[in-house]
Amino acid sequence: MTINEKQDQIVETFEEYTDWMDKYAYLIEIGNNLSPLDPKSKVNQNLIEGCQSRVWLDAEYTNGIIHFMAESDAVIVKGIVSLLIDVVSGHTPDEILNTDLYFIDKIGLKEHLSPTRANGLLAMVKQIKLYALAFKTKG
Amino acid sequence: MTEKLDIKAIRNDFPILSRTVYDRPLIYLDNAATTQKPRCVVEAIEHVYYHQNANIHRGVHYLSQRATEAHETARATVRDFIHATSSNEIVFTRGTTEAINLLATSYGETFCKEGDEIIISAMEHHANIVPWQMLRDRKGIKLKIVPLTELGELDIPAFEQLLSGRTKLVSLAHVSNVLGTINPVKEIIEKAHAHNIPVLIDGAQAVSHMPVDMQQIDADFYVFSGHKIYGPNGIGVLYGKEKWLDMLPPYHGGGEMIAHVTFEKTIFADLPFKFEAGTPDYVGSVALATAMNYLSSFGMENIAAYENDLLRDATEKMMKIDGMRIYGTSPRKSSVISFLVNDIHPFDMGTLLDKLGIAVRTGHHCAMPLMSALGIDGTLRASFAFYNTHEEIDALIAGIERITKMF
Ligand SMILES: Cc1ncc(COP(=O)(O)O)c(C=O)c1O
Repeated sequence: MTINEKQDQIVETFEEYTDWMDKYAYLIEIGNNLSPLDPKSKVNQNLIEGCQSRVWLDAEYTNGIIHFMAESDAVIVKGIVSLLIDVVSGHTPDEILNTDLYFIDKIGLKEHLSPTRANGLLAMVKQIKLYALAFKTKG
Repeated sequence: MTEKLDIKAIRNDFPILSRTVYDRPLIYLDNAATTQKPRCVVEAIEHVYYHQNANIHRGVHYLSQRATEAHETARATVRDFIHATSSNEIVFTRGTTEAINLLATSYGETFCKEGDEIIISAMEHHANIVPWQMLRDRKGIKLKIVPLTELGELDIPAFEQLLSGRTKLVSLAHVSNVLGTINPVKEIIEKAHAHNIPVLIDGAQAVSHMPVDMQQIDADFYVFSGHKIYGPNGIGVLYGKEKWLDMLPPYHGGGEMIAHVTFEKTIFADLPFKFEAGTPDYVGSVALATAMNYLSSFGMENIAAYENDLLRDATEKMMKIDGMRIYGTSPRKSSVISFLVNDIHPFDMGTLLDKLGIAVRTGHHCAMPLMSALGIDGTLRASFAFYNTHEEIDALIAGIERITKMF
């Protein structure tokens, strides 16, 4: 699946939830199902410090494909983190760099990417792109 | 005997309380961060701009004199509200933070030298920590920290041990913005005064919740913010005993604070003007005084009694929730409850309460050293004002219970 096909699929799933609380219940479920980060990845070097919650993000680059691993101390953030890394993992640096991550907006969670939320997610999205750029230049 | 307040009528004075968020009625429980404004306060701002706006203190014309009178009447209202003896003791600042920075500079530079000590506590807001650290780094002084007890109260015997010949100032919160603890400031000030040490009290979380009387507590300095006492944002108060303010040099230089300027020398104005450089917020002062008059019309004792009812009701009901931990369990508390439930992250609980229309604060509440002392990263904090209701508390409880089941 392309990045956008994955995004569209998430948007479709979320369309089933009209009530905020249901939407968040689903996010919590996804967050709880995210497998914990390997201790060697859950280090300060990979920490994105938000004022409200923290995100750890690590990436691997093999055969031209990036794979992201992440975790957060807040479950809702973990849910969003899980969606994000599912969408961008398994793609080339160029695919990731050229992507517009519109699904967060479409499923009504844009507020979590606002700079005032201070939950580390906005910085995480930037970090994903930075990883892609770094791997691309490394070749 | 305290009188019963008509909460329904009071709520009607606050237009914002009838708005909805996400199609649900707003339940505003973030009053420790800032309070909502009654109509009279906003109207006072409008009135100044529409009917008496002119720069104050230096105009012979009619409007300037009216504006000056209004600003100085506001100062007198603040004086009476906290029972200061003279208007000279009331300096308008931009808020608590600026008032503490003013003192850290004016008092700190005058009275502190290397090796001297300033006592603060483990429950202080960053506003009462960072300015002193900056002074420490400039002057080589030491900060001594009063530890807390299990209940989240100041450890008074430990405080007494910290008082020494090197102590130049004690600077403590009247009420903790996280724990809600009402510190025994009168007793603390007595103990410090016995060693001839002056005391600064950060009253940011106290003035809107209880009667505050400078004659009774005998603080040397007392500071607070207008926006936390139903007044406008951008104005605050530094109370200082005249004998202290007289001894302190100005903080900022400019217009308003001078008596005479030549290029060789400036003679500063008298109190309180020497601390109010530049055009003061003569709109904010009037609106702040309006807020104080509004509160006085109900009586601070009555407000305190009602808020205490809310606090008791909320505490009792919250304690019945499985997995609930309340931080700050002093029997002397103002209407602030910091809590965590099970291992639910405050961000998660706060986000979901928000979606139910309930505004609480989450995080470290600008008191990171306190969070470290408690061994946590943050809490949720519900803080009540006298316009909150028992029904809103029930909605909070129901919300917490519902959300807890989601994890
Ligand atoms: C105890 C305490 N001190 C100081 C402050 C700072 O007040 P301001 O930001 O209005 O200057 C606050 C505000 O949160 C507070 O709660």
